Amino acid sequence: MPQQRPNRLFRNLHAKIAAIPMILTAVVVFAGGSIWTVIYSFTSSGLLPRLNFVGLAQYERLWWTPRWLVSIENLFIYGLGMLVFSLVIGFLLAALLDQKIRFENTFRTIFLYPFALSFIVTGLVWQWILNPDFGVQGIVRGLGWESFSFNPLYNPDIVIYGILIAALWQSTGLVMCLMLAGLRGIDEEIWKAARVDGIPAWKTYLFIVIPMMRPVFITALVIIATGIVKVYDLVVAQTSGGPGISSEVPAKYVYDMMFSSQNLGQGFAASTMMLVSVLIVIIPWAYLEFGGRMRRG
Amino acid sequence: MASIVTLNTVGVADRASEDLVGPRGARPARAFSRRNIFLYGTLFVVALYYLLPLYVMVVTSLKGMPEIRVGNIFSPPLEITFEPWVKAWATACTGLNCDGLSRGFWNSVRITIPSVVLSIAIASVNGYALANWRFKGANVFFTILIIGAFIPYQVMLYPIVIILREIGLYGSLTGLVLVHSVFGMPILTLLFRNYFSSVPEELFKAARVDGAGFWGIYFKIMLPMSLPIFVVALILQVTGIWNDFLFGVVYTRPETYPMTVQLNNIVNSVQGVKEYNVNMAATLLTGLVPLIVYFASGKLFVRGIAAGAVKG
Repeated sequence: MPQQRPNRLFRNLHAKIAAIPMILTAVVVFAGGSIWTVIYSFTSSGLLPRLNFVGLAQYERLWWTPRWLVSIENLFIYGLGMLVFSLVIGFLLAALLDQKIRFENTFRTIFLYPFALSFIVTGLVWQWILNPDFGVQGIVRGLGWESFSFNPLYNPDIVIYGILIAALWQSTGLVMCLMLAGLRGIDEEIWKAARVDGIPAWKTYLFIVIPMMRPVFITALVIIATGIVKVYDLVVAQTSGGPGISSEVPAKYVYDMMFSSQNLGQGFAASTMMLVSVLIVIIPWAYLEFGGRMRRG
Repeated sequence: MASIVTLNTVGVADRASEDLVGPRGARPARAFSRRNIFLYGTLFVVALYYLLPLYVMVVTSLKGMPEIRVGNIFSPPLEITFEPWVKAWATACTGLNCDGLSRGFWNSVRITIPSVVLSIAIASVNGYALANWRFKGANVFFTILIIGAFIPYQVMLYPIVIILREIGLYGSLTGLVLVHSVFGMPILTLLFRNYFSSVPEELFKAARVDGAGFWGIYFKIMLPMSLPIFVVALILQVTGIWNDFLFGVVYTRPETYPMTVQLNNIVNSVQGVKEYNVNMAATLLTGLVPLIVYFASGKLFVRGIAAGAVKG
């Protein structure tokens, strides 16, 4: 029996000591850091953070800056492309692998290995493959199709799709793995019942299996969505935001404003906008999931 | 609330590692049916597409520059040379420094090892405290921690610069190790908490009756029982920290840059003639560590990344 302790604070003392790093991280870095950034986004901080409030001036300036608007537009295209294609390709690959095939492990290993590589490595490889002189375009032209043009990294209109191709290569493997786990969780009786009723396989997938996999889709969706907002190193490695400003993204805007343009206030305002966009994704989802669970008890 | 997705993820990850053994779909009828040709044909083409970049990296890094200028990127090297690898490792330039990627490699080693050890030590003890020694208020902090995993890092970048500057660690490897330990905490704590929660309570109570304390139970019972989850955490952290770019570029100085940052500086430097073969050798060298971890760890990697995917 533990001896009588005079103070409640000292009860379970070792556990509290063990939790000190977590408490510091949660309170000081995560909560404190976020609140600090939001507060300073209302100031005119330049080279150093200073508390002279200017209201919403930083945000006003932000939304008048062409580079920020391009970043937001890119994020939308990239985000929509990532969501749609990684879910569709991930699911299709998982469905193909789920057909009792041989060498399943080999195929899965091949589809997933890009995920082990960093975005820097991914970006640099695809920068080389999409190189207009030596890469895909150069080869097709070399085969005799002289007018062939596929030059995403040097064409401002389509550069974001060049980045999307690289990102999809890197991350569809993970979605496939999540989907495969979801498919394996479906009761085989359902497949038997569908076959007995003469329902074609694609209809079974579309109307029975996919609705049953709702939790897996939501998990994948949240994972992809939080990854989209953070996209940074891929762009730095593949295009450095170019040509011009045509492949800029919000995370890069924040970094450049804070650490090379000495314009902290803009960086804080932009990162606060990133925080807001994540909250827009997280809160409705948490409300749906958590609220539902509460009602069910 | 945010913990639900991570819990789901961990659940999915567990299933991913366990259930990948037995396929379920419809059983194929004959070996050479039209369906099989379509199935294997599609998978084969897709697999080629996924392997292509790796293949291009390897062949480019083994060619000489004259061959690259005339040939195409997919053709195998006519004359194999290891010159680009040597150059990438030992003499490639970033700015005025010309000592190659080796410096970045050793920096990354010096960053990764202590970060992995420290983050796993903190998170495992913390997860153990949360699972078995609950105290008042613990769940509040844990919830903040998990929500923190979803906040874009950009929001916390500058406050951390200030904190590190205050304690005199800004720009040092120690500072970066601390940053990695902090950002590894949400997912690792969750991983360990869930694992330790599944250990039968009778075991814990019996040890308490025998007089074992907080640390005694941790070192004598929990630690030996949970080696698999430590391996998952290890894989997750080694690949995650090795691949990090953002924290490296923000919290270190040029002479302490990790490998990813140095690689990007070498390849995307504007001066000089572009040496694509050296660039690809350097890129492969940087990707080699996580690739080896991936191919060596197999299914444990699937479990680790699915659990860590929320980390982004």
